[in-house]
Amino acid sequence: MGVRARMQEISPEERKKGFDEVERGLAIHQALAEASRCLFCHDAPCVAGCPAGVDVPGFIRRLKTRNFIGAARLIRDANILAGVCARVCPAEELCEKKCSSTNLSEPIAIAALQRFAADEELRRGIRLPGPGVPTGRKVAVIGSGPAGLACAHELATLGHSVTVYEADEKPGGLLVRGIPRYRLPLAVAEAEVRAVLESSGVEIRSGVCVGRDISADEIRRSSDAVFLSPGLGYQSSLGVPGERLPGVLQAGEVLRKVAAGNDVRFTGRVAVIGGGNVAMDAACSALRCGASEVVVLYRRSLDEMPAWKREYEFAAAEGVKFEFLTAPTRFVEDGGGLAGVECVRTRLGEPDSSGRRRPEMIPGSEHMIEVRTAIVATGQAPWPGLVGLFRGLAAGKAGVIEVDQGSQMTSVEGVFAGGDVTSGGATVVQAVAEGKRAAKAIDAYLKRV
Amino acid sequence: MADLSIEFCGVRFPNPFTLAAAPPTDSAEMVARAFEAGWGGAILKTTSVETEVVELAYPMMAGLDYEEKKLMGLENIDLISERHIGEVEKDVRALKKEYPDRVVGASIMGAKKEDWQELVRRLEAAGVDFIECSFSCPHGMPERGMGSTIGQDPELTERTARWVKEAAKRVPVVIKLTPQIADITAAARAVKRSGADGVCAINTLKSLIGVDLDTFVPYPNVGGYSTFGGYSGPAIKPVALRCVAEIAKAVDIPIAAVGGISTWRDAAEFLLVGATNVQLCTAVMHHGFRIIEDLIDGLDVYLEEKGMRSVKELVGRSLPYIVEHSHLSRRHKVVAAINRETCVKDDLCYIACRDGGHQAIELDSNRLPKVDEDKCKGCGMCATVCPVYDCIQLRPKVGAV
Ligand SMILES: Cc1cc2nc3c(=O)[nH]c(=O)nc-3n(C[C@H](O)[C@H](O)[C@H](O)COP(=O)(O)OP(=O)(O)OC[C@H]3O[C@@H](n4cnc5c(N)ncnc54)[C@H](O)[C@@H]3O)c2cc1C
Ligand SMILES: Cc1cc2nc3c(=O)[nH]c(=O)nc-3n(C[C@H](O)[C@H](O)[C@H](O)COP(=O)(O)O)c2cc1C
Repeated sequence: MGVRARMQEISPEERKKGFDEVERGLAIHQALAEASRCLFCHDAPCVAGCPAGVDVPGFIRRLKTRNFIGAARLIRDANILAGVCARVCPAEELCEKKCSSTNLSEPIAIAALQRFAADEELRRGIRLPGPGVPTGRKVAVIGSGPAGLACAHELATLGHSVTVYEADEKPGGLLVRGIPRYRLPLAVAEAEVRAVLESSGVEIRSGVCVGRDISADEIRRSSDAVFLSPGLGYQSSLGVPGERLPGVLQAGEVLRKVAAGNDVRFTGRVAVIGGGNVAMDAACSALRCGASEVVVLYRRSLDEMPAWKREYEFAAAEGVKFEFLTAPTRFVEDGGGLAGVECVRTRLGEPDSSGRRRPEMIPGSEHMIEVRTAIVATGQAPWPGLVGLFRGLAAGKAGVIEVDQGSQMTSVEGVFAGGDVTSGGATVVQAVAEGKRAAKAIDAYLKRV
Repeated sequence: MADLSIEFCGVRFPNPFTLAAAPPTDSAEMVARAFEAGWGGAILKTTSVETEVVELAYPMMAGLDYEEKKLMGLENIDLISERHIGEVEKDVRALKKEYPDRVVGASIMGAKKEDWQELVRRLEAAGVDFIECSFSCPHGMPERGMGSTIGQDPELTERTARWVKEAAKRVPVVIKLTPQIADITAAARAVKRSGADGVCAINTLKSLIGVDLDTFVPYPNVGGYSTFGGYSGPAIKPVALRCVAEIAKAVDIPIAAVGGISTWRDAAEFLLVGATNVQLCTAVMHHGFRIIEDLIDGLDVYLEEKGMRSVKELVGRSLPYIVEHSHLSRRHKVVAAINRETCVKDDLCYIACRDGGHQAIELDSNRLPKVDEDKCKGCGMCATVCPVYDCIQLRPKVGAV
């Protein structure tokens, strides 16, 4: 049945010198050969594995017949951020995990094929469906990340007039201010964000922070429905003494500066605290910003680590060190700066509510990890002030906004939400899917009221 | 979106993609699903008068699994439909009622003049859009003097087509030809003389797809025996393309193309050599009615990229470029140019040139191939075998006139 196609990539030694994109895409003959491995299942399981429900066999068939543009358009019907998601989706955990070819040889390289189609279209210019017949109804979207963009675009195609409020100067959310460029080149993110905004004709008010520059009440008064997609913005505290010391940085802030192209420099050793994807990105970014060595401190073992396998392997290949079963207890000061992180060893006890085994400190195992910089990457939460802005907005565990699964409607009539603010942090593709689903529900709601 | 509608024998098709007379059109339920998926037309599987006995043998399919690709070609020993004219009439009525904008054709086969004419009259009364006559089934039917027995004889073809045309008061008549004839244009001319409206080319090729090396029984094995069958699918496309182009160049008659069409690219090629209708069978049996999505979308995007507004702009565009061999330029000199950067050193070009060409490729000390331009005739065999995309190209020979 042939072997799975693999993209060329820059070697770990080379790539960590800068922020160039690591994966190089498939060559045309590779893409065609890979497409012809597809079995074109009826009721294909890969489609069910995609949160956005991309018609995978449909686009691969188009690709196989060299209808590259048709393939890209079919993907964009379900997911406007085709090129972005082709790069950042954990495809091996989603569509590719379900692929029937797995039972014959290896799963089809769906993400790589999607990337090929999307890039072909990117080169010639993305064409997305434009605004629908005007309905005269107005919707406000708060936040221009993937969830907000998907919702705004879908609403516009349904004929609603949409205003997107974005606190930052640049639209795109974490696509332009979070995910590192060596995985998602800025040009790709910007091209797709621009195509979404331009095709749909939505009004974007950037540099306007809802709650600071404009009140929530004003937004509610001037629109018939609201979609909340502000993502996560609040770094939860580690609860460890010394967190405010200079030299102790928040991963979100570091990655935001790096993504913005600011000159971030590190010297010496850097510790990264946490075991998620953001920790992996922070570690690899620190390496690229001059750190002589990066060590990730994680309080459980590799098996429990939430980072995707691919992200862990990527970091490990670049020489990032891992100290498992290690928990920080104190940041130690040295003349106003950081001298190191005091840690203890842990062992795994009984499973906790998340089902993962709880780390227990081993008494007497205190030791110092000497670093001048520590980056805390232990998870973000929605901004707690949000619930105060909209009276009656219900938030659940870790401050995530509660919504009805089918419609994405919050506890407040006419206020919908989606993306990281409702999931607590998931994926771009899920944010897109929720934004699109919410738009359909908003459309139905507007027809009702 | 480009205009994909096209006329064939005076009948307007919303798009040129039509289901060939074969198993996918053997019931109204199947055709209805195909129409829902977007097919422009369908030709109901060949039917006959009630007195015609149709006894099928199973299994009836065997594939040519060339290099693990499955279905490079398909052989069948199917016969005409077991469903006689009475049932097909009902299908035509039901389909035309439900899908008035789609084209419903019906394929027929008769043993004698009265049968052919009865079939035509009943289908016309049922509201069929056109009639296709199978003069071309290469297996089974010829044993009874039917099928390709007629198509291989221009005189029989003309006479039988006349009977059909005589009975058809309103609807156009299309004759489906066999490629198994020395000169297919002679058959097409016979159809033209008969007054029938169009031709359909090609039906399957008579074949023996393979032999089981353990039992010595060829495929498909029907209780210990086999028989010759009809060959279809991607493998026969070049034959079909040649037949359509030959007819288009020689005879002024509308042509429906069939034989090995799987993708919008294949379809575009048949339009370029003069067809105004394209029919598919094996590709549908392999991948289902849903392939229509890519057929339509791919053709549409292609037309858009070519700046064409209608599919009609493609028809016949390639015909002027097909000439007699003796008219080809002898001064056109090319040589192979190998891209040594992308070469993966598989030696395939070297072997092909050494043992099948002019010994013009040498391997250097790094096993990289090098073309000796004095020896290279530019035959193109190396480029044909090279597995790397665009690695070997034929370039004009420097210094040649
Ligand atoms: C470092 C990092 C790496 C990641 N890597 C991946 C990956 O590889 N693959 C993957 O699928 N996902 C990844 N993710 C997750 C993914 O980026 C998010 O799930 C996704 O961006 C969520 O989209 P969103 O629209 O909900 O929020 P965001 O993308 O966070 O966008 C929210 C937007 O709302 C704006 N906003 C916030 N508050 C206000 C306000 N009050 N008024 C106006 N505007 C406001 C913000 O400025 C921001 O632009 C990663 C995340 C991070 C942090
Ligand atoms: C199983 C099978 C049954 C067929 N039955 C008929 C038939 O009843 N009448 C007919 O005119 N052609 C029949 N054909 C021929 C097809 O209509 C078509 O001409 C041929 O298969 C070549 O096209 P393809 O390569 O797209 O399959 C049959 C083909 C197959 C494979």
